[in-house]
Amino acid sequence: MSFKTVERKPLTLAERTYVPQILNGLSHTFKKMVKPNETLEYPEARPPIPEGYRGVPTLVKDPNGREKCVSCQLCEFVCPPKAIRIKPGEISADADTAHVEKAPQEFDIDMLRCIYCGLCQEVCPEEAIWLQNVFSVSGYTREELVNDKERLYELGGTLPDEHFKWDKKKAAEEAGNGAH
Amino acid sequence: MIDLYLSLPIWVQAAIKGLIAIGFLIPVAGACSLAERKVSAWIQGRPGPNRARAWGLGYIPILGPILQRLGVFHLMADGAKFVFKEDVVPGHVNKFYYYLAPLVALVPSLCTVVVVPFGAYFDAASETLKPLILADVDVGILAVFAIGSLSVYALILAGWASNSKYPFLGGVRASAQLISYELSMTLSVIPVFLWVNAPGPEATLSLFAVVESQSQAGLFGGMWFVFLMPMCAFIFLVSLFAETNRQPFDMPESEADLVGGFHTEYGEFKWSIFFVAEYAHMTIGSAVFVLLFLGGWNPLPWVPLEPLIAGLPVWLGGLLGAAFFLGKTFFFIFLFMWVRWTLPRFRYDQVMRLGWQKLLPLAIANVIFYALAIAVIERS
Repeated sequence: MSFKTVERKPLTLAERTYVPQILNGLSHTFKKMVKPNETLEYPEARPPIPEGYRGVPTLVKDPNGREKCVSCQLCEFVCPPKAIRIKPGEISADADTAHVEKAPQEFDIDMLRCIYCGLCQEVCPEEAIWLQNVFSVSGYTREELVNDKERLYELGGTLPDEHFKWDKKKAAEEAGNGAH
Repeated sequence: MIDLYLSLPIWVQAAIKGLIAIGFLIPVAGACSLAERKVSAWIQGRPGPNRARAWGLGYIPILGPILQRLGVFHLMADGAKFVFKEDVVPGHVNKFYYYLAPLVALVPSLCTVVVVPFGAYFDAASETLKPLILADVDVGILAVFAIGSLSVYALILAGWASNSKYPFLGGVRASAQLISYELSMTLSVIPVFLWVNAPGPEATLSLFAVVESQSQAGLFGGMWFVFLMPMCAFIFLVSLFAETNRQPFDMPESEADLVGGFHTEYGEFKWSIFFVAEYAHMTIGSAVFVLLFLGGWNPLPWVPLEPLIAGLPVWLGGLLGAAFFLGKTFFFIFLFMWVRWTLPRFRYDQVMRLGWQKLLPLAIANVIFYALAIAVIERS
């Protein structure tokens, strides 16, 4: 075992009076005072939201305005706190996107139950449900805090799509697999 | 207007002057509580109170938002809140002393303003500078010490009347601390008055005379006493921090270990009276420091006020003098708040050791040194 004895110097007179230290401290706090604030004035100023942030779950449309959810209900089944309720529905046969076949008739996410885990987003085969950057939810009644389908699309808006899966399917159906 | 004022009986004049001084001191004390919050916030890197907006004033363009940012309406809201709160008296307190304590706190801290000059005006008739003061009495500083130290009774009474252990500890701490530092404080001003009272003219303890002797001509004449007697100023300032119960000496309150100390059992308006008294005490303390060591209303060292305002109208000159004086006083109030967020609170034994073993011997040595030095200078 090797010891190293640290030399402890006795305090100098100036150090024992504390005066230089106090002045040093004062200059430090003064610098802090003239510096810009560290805090945000919250409702007016919002913090920057990092990429991949898991905020309120929302439903999105693709750039063509088609609702992406096909009401497969995977999210409903995976949701740990059972916050999601979906009532599946049919797309009418004369619609442009009739080949997608299904769309939710009702889609409710209960924000009093939601734990923002993001499993719904992870499980969604259609990339239709996204946890976006809204982080502050409030309401006066319990009913207000259940986001229905309309509200979910309003929150979600449109996100860019990389695949246009259903357009490709339609093209393949019409022109065979050589279409792309 | 002035003729009407002068024709009033002397006691009415005195009452009017007193009311004006109190009417000034209490808002200043209130504004200090706001300044305290703002300075704390700025030092901690946050904006501080800036939300409240009064119905009429807040909507004036430009001015309203500025006042709102400065949190002025929070001050009003805080003050009004205390008035409208329920007057709760805990069942276990000693009622008489419980009610007496806030009064004993407020009265002395407002009384000391009587002998503190807060400006000067040029009297054309006698061609001299006259102090703006409620009572220009010769006892001056002695009256400040005598009345100001009464405020310790408020803390003791409050601690004792509350009849529970934390306030009691606060009261005991307050009494020991205030008595310890009173000694060093009084000793630290002795050299100033030895210097002011040159042999010849009648001796005085008036604070006006102290400022006068800092506004003479010559190298020593115009020198503020903080340069001439830095050690006195230092001891006085440290004792002032202890006497006004400010951090790092806020033993009687020390919210972390005494849950607010002597005002644990106080609420609503009675608590706010303690609060105002504390800030009034601080204001007067800063004012006395400025008068003793920082040349009072003289704008700069070696630049006396008198020639500056000799040609101006009386009211303007008086305002100017008061403005210089109040500016310095407010700087010291700021210093109190600044130090609060710089130094941690002392432990109680450290306070006692600092007071009795360090500051008191230093103050005594200081008195002896300056007494000898002044004797040598006067003799030559």
